[in-house]
Amino acid sequence: MTWIAIRMLTGDRQKFFGLLFGVAFSALLISQQLTIFVNLIERGATAVYNIPTANIWVMDPVSRTPDVALPMPSTALDKVRSVNGVEWASPMLRSGATVRTPEGDLEGVTVVGVDDATLIGLPKKFVNGSREALYEPDAVIIDSVGAAKLFPEGFDPIGVRLELNDRRAVIRGIVDVDPSFTSQVILYTRYSNALAFVPGTRNRMSFVLANASEGLTAKQVATRITEATGLKARTRDEFARDGVDFIIENTGIPVNFGITVALGFIVGVAIVGLTFSLFIRDNIKQFGALKAIGVTNNKIRMMVAAQALLVGLVGYGIGILLAAIFISSGASSSPDFKGFYTPWEIPLLTAAVVIAMILITGWLALRSVLKTEPAEVFR
Amino acid sequence: MTETRTAITINGIVKEFSAGSQMIRVLHGIDAEVRSGELTYLVGESGSGKTTMISIIAGILYPTDGSVSVFGQDIYSLSDNDLVRFRLSNIGFIFQQYNLIPTLTAAENASVPLVAAGMKRDEAVERGRDMLDKLNIADQADKLPRQLSGGQQQRVAIARALVHEPRLVVCDEPTAALDAKSGRRVMDLLREVALAPERTVIIVTHDNRIFDLADRILVMEDGRITHDGKEMPEH
Repeated sequence: MTWIAIRMLTGDRQKFFGLLFGVAFSALLISQQLTIFVNLIERGATAVYNIPTANIWVMDPVSRTPDVALPMPSTALDKVRSVNGVEWASPMLRSGATVRTPEGDLEGVTVVGVDDATLIGLPKKFVNGSREALYEPDAVIIDSVGAAKLFPEGFDPIGVRLELNDRRAVIRGIVDVDPSFTSQVILYTRYSNALAFVPGTRNRMSFVLANASEGLTAKQVATRITEATGLKARTRDEFARDGVDFIIENTGIPVNFGITVALGFIVGVAIVGLTFSLFIRDNIKQFGALKAIGVTNNKIRMMVAAQALLVGLVGYGIGILLAAIFISSGASSSPDFKGFYTPWEIPLLTAAVVIAMILITGWLALRSVLKTEPAEVFR
Repeated sequence: MTETRTAITINGIVKEFSAGSQMIRVLHGIDAEVRSGELTYLVGESGSGKTTMISIIAGILYPTDGSVSVFGQDIYSLSDNDLVRFRLSNIGFIFQQYNLIPTLTAAENASVPLVAAGMKRDEAVERGRDMLDKLNIADQADKLPRQLSGGQQQRVAIARALVHEPRLVVCDEPTAALDAKSGRRVMDLLREVALAPERTVIIVTHDNRIFDLADRILVMEDGRITHDGKEMPEH
C-alpha cells in the first residue's frame, strides 16, 4: 500500500509542495541559524586559536577573555619563566586603538604586540609578506578580514601608511586568520612598537604566552604557574572556551537565536500540520473507502507514516541543502562569514527537530483517519 | 434464471444511535434472508434505515443487537481484524460518489483490493486492467478519475468492487450521480458482470428508473422491512 500512499500525496501537488515547503523552511531556518550561532560564539575563541604555538595563556586573575583583560606588570613575564616546567614564555599586548586610513576613514582596531625576539603570538599563515617584515620600522601586519574591511576589493595594502593613535604605521604583510567576535581589524606588531602605538597605564602586558616542557601537560604546568605566581593560567582550550562562555553569558545572542530556532519549529509545525490536515481531510472519503474495502488500521498507519517520511526526508534534504548553499556562498563572498562551517551536530539536531515535527503532525493527521468509521462512506 | 440459495441471514437486527442523552432506534429487529445469484434491492425513503442496514450487512457497522451470517459466517462474532480480513476477501463495495483515489489511474484504482490483500503492484494492476476490459473501458485504464465521465468512473468503481472476485457485492445508490442513460448502462453491466450463482449483489437505491432490473426488492420504512417481492408494491 506504500506506493498508493505516496501517489496519493505526490499527486496532490499543491499540498505536497506546501508540506515540503513547511519542512524545508524549518530545516533551513533551524540549521542556518544554529550554524551562524555556533560560528558566531566560536569567534570568542579565534583570538586564542589564531596563535597555535602557545598552549598556556597566563593573565591577571580578573582577566576573562583575550579582549577582556587587565594588564599585568612586566615582572609577570619573569615570574612565569621561573616556574619549573615552563619551556618558554613571551609577552603579549592586546589593546584597542583607532586608525585613520589615507582616505581619512576612522576605524577601531585591536593592536597585538608580540615578542620582539621570537615573534611568538604572530599567526603563522601569511597571505602576503613575511614574518621578517615586522622588523622594519613602524611595521604592522594586518589580518586578511581587516584588510578587506579597510580597503577596496583588489587593493594591495602592502606599504600603505596608517595613522595609528597619532603615530605612523606601515602595513608590511597580511596574515590569514579567522575574524574575532567583533570582526575588528587586527594589527600585529612587535611588543616594543605596540607599547608606543598604545600609550597607557604603568602596567601594559595583557598576557604571557607559555609552553609546557616535554613530558608535562599544559594543564599540569598551568596549575604550577597559578600556584607559584598567583596569576591565572589557562590551557589554550580552556581559554578558548572562556571566550565562548563569555559571549554566551554576557550577550543576548543565545536567547535571540533560540527564539528564532523555536519559531522555525513552531512555524514548521503550523504549516506542515495545517497542510497535512487539509490533505487528510480532502482524502478522508478515500481513506474511509479503503477501510471499508478491508485495509487494516495498521496499513493505514503505515500509509500515513510513509507519506510523513517522504515529506520529512525530501523537505529536510532541501532545507539542509539550502542552508549549506547559504553558508558556503556567505563564507566565500563576505569576510564576516569567513571560516564559517556547519558542525555535524547541526544537521543531526535539525533532523531530530524535523522528526519531532513529522511525528506530531503525522499523529494529528492519523488520529482523524483512524477515527473515521468505514460506515461513513455510505453517508 | 440463475440458481439461488441463502447467502445472508439477518436475525433480529437492532441498531440504536445516541443523540445526546437519548438513544434513537433506527432498526427495529429486522429478520431477512438474501439469496445468492440474485440482484436484491434495498429500497426506501431517506431515513428509512436502508443505509444503516447495508452497512451492517457489509460488516462495517456493528449492530446493537442481532446477528448477520454471510455465507455461513456470523460476521460480528469475528474479531475486528478478522472482520476486516473477511471484508477484504468476501465483499466488494460500490459507493455513490465512487470514492476513487484521484491520483491513481483507473487500472490502479481497480487494483486496490488486490494490493490491500498483498498482491504485487504490477500483477494487481494487470488484473485491474483485465477487469476494466470486461467492463468495456480498457481504453481508459491509464486515465485519472478526473479525466473520466461519471459513468466511466462508476465502471472503474465496479471493477474495483469485482477485481478480487468477492462473494458479496454491496452498492450504495450506484446510479444516483448518473443521468438516466448512463445509470441504465451501468446497471445492465453490473447485472451482466457481477451476477453469478455464487455471488450476492445488494443494491441500496431509490432510483425507480432501475427497479425493473431487480430480482427481489426489499422495501424499508421506519427501520422495518415492509415489503419483500419481485416488484415494488402498488401504492
